Amino acid sequence: MSVDAATVRRIAHLARIAVAEAEVPHLQGELNAMLAFVEQLSEVNVDGVEPMTSVTPMEMKKRSDVVNDGEITDDVVRNAPDTVSHFFLVPKVVE
Amino acid sequence: MTDLISMTIAEARNGLANKSFTSLELTDAHLAAIEAARALNAFVLETPDKARAMARAIDAKIAKGEGGPLAGIPLGIKDLFATKDVRTTACSKILGNFVPPYESTVTSQLWRDGAVMLGKLNNDEFAMGSSNETSCFGPVVNPWRREGSNTSLVPGGSSGGSASAVAALLCMGATATDTGGSIRQPAAFTATVGVKPTYGRCSRWGIVAFASSLDQAGPIARSTRDAAILMRSMAGHDPKDTTSVDRAVPDYEAAIGKSVKGMKIGIPKEYRLDGMPAEVEKLWTEGAAWLKAAGAELVEISLPHTKYALPAYYIVAPAEASSNLARYDGVRYGLRVPGRSIGEMYENTRAEGFGDEVRRRVMIGTYVLSAGYYDAYYLRAQKVRTLIKKDFEDCFAKGVNAILTPATPSAAFGIGEKGGADPVEMYLNDIFTVTVNMAGLPGIAVPAGKDAQGLPLGLQLIGRPFDEETLFSLGEVVEQAAGRFTPARWW
Repeated sequence: MSVDAATVRRIAHLARIAVAEAEVPHLQGELNAMLAFVEQLSEVNVDGVEPMTSVTPMEMKKRSDVVNDGEITDDVVRNAPDTVSHFFLVPKVVE
Repeated sequence: MTDLISMTIAEARNGLANKSFTSLELTDAHLAAIEAARALNAFVLETPDKARAMARAIDAKIAKGEGGPLAGIPLGIKDLFATKDVRTTACSKILGNFVPPYESTVTSQLWRDGAVMLGKLNNDEFAMGSSNETSCFGPVVNPWRREGSNTSLVPGGSSGGSASAVAALLCMGATATDTGGSIRQPAAFTATVGVKPTYGRCSRWGIVAFASSLDQAGPIARSTRDAAILMRSMAGHDPKDTTSVDRAVPDYEAAIGKSVKGMKIGIPKEYRLDGMPAEVEKLWTEGAAWLKAAGAELVEISLPHTKYALPAYYIVAPAEASSNLARYDGVRYGLRVPGRSIGEMYENTRAEGFGDEVRRRVMIGTYVLSAGYYDAYYLRAQKVRTLIKKDFEDCFAKGVNAILTPATPSAAFGIGEKGGADPVEMYLNDIFTVTVNMAGLPGIAVPAGKDAQGLPLGLQLIGRPFDEETLFSLGEVVEQAAGRFTPARWW
């Protein structure tokens, strides 16, 4: 399979990465090179094979549903680009 | 005073214990070496004040007879590990000046055991690369050069800063991470020892995530013994990482020097590639002979799905990366590039913040997970992964203790030489290492010789799950036979 220019633009939007029109042909070439490389997987017989979900066999761990951390609001917001009184600020979402 | 920077960790430990020198003296010697080696671009952040403060504190403890297994040993930390109050960027513009208010579990265990932090080490952006050329801080230079040449070579990647710094005697050991070969390939390119532990052996908590089902932290050091010493402190169960395994951490150092007599070593025929350099082939044969001379038994084995590991990896790893990297949105930390709407702000931030390689992988990952393509790509790759793991399980079930392979298909190459036109050219670097991540197994790269141009080459040993000890025993046999290799200083 290979991707066309429209698909490249669609993927960029799904990935939330702005891509300038001039970059599309170049990106299309790179993505198609990768897709051509992974194409060889289609020759593997995977009938009846379980997809891997955990590389190390282990029981799913559970923990008690308790508060074990908190009161660190300053730490939580200290790396944010824009805040006001412990809230993250973003461009207006609702008119 | 003795030469404080060319010692191994084991030697420095003795010197500190019998008061031949202090940790502060050892730390100062390394800080001076780092300052003189800025041409290598191995460190992206030097933390001399913190290093000296940590060294003084540990000297006081050593004087009282306290300390810990790594008391006073100066280390470098890959910039993928969150370090409390010390800038951590994953060498990406998108993390900007991120200063974590917390410490990764692995590094916290190193400080618990008395180690000293010299600074943060360069790596490929988000650990995506095999040459350390994708870092937003620029490429790292390998301290090794071809004989009679001034050409700057890559140290490998993604843990290029770690490998370069350890090889150039800037730190006694370093933390690193390995998703498809990012510890073992740079170790092979710089004549250092690199260990990728079994998946689950080290906590991933506080390490910037790339591909969560493949990422694993491990050490880079100048000897197998040093790597074993560091591994013991880095490994262990952590309730904060649900994939971390609750299993006692053995004394890995005790495995150094242990007899390998009677061990069955598999030589996988699928690793004999067409067009593989004769030197790599020769070294592999030589390595097998060393293990045989030490009493191991060599058997030819087959890992039939080997050739599918790299293509399957380039579906699974980007898919997980596209999901993990969705968090970089310009809202809670890192870079923000304004836009007219919140959507445009996300898109502008991620366009500006991610480098070319990261953008490429996020996009391919998004594609293989998208509606209509998930089954054809992602699900199929996860099935192939099951088959890759089964290949290894079949060999281990037949009594194979470990597998010997070359670590890389070639020695280090020049900066800018590979991957310019076709990204896949660069990806092929990991052809021998990536199977190990896909199967969750432990692997070690040990320096074993040089190519015709005087560049180091490494051998890789692959072990059974949680049997790192056997790898240390076998690695030591290779090290004893091959000797250790140090680059001639030019910087």
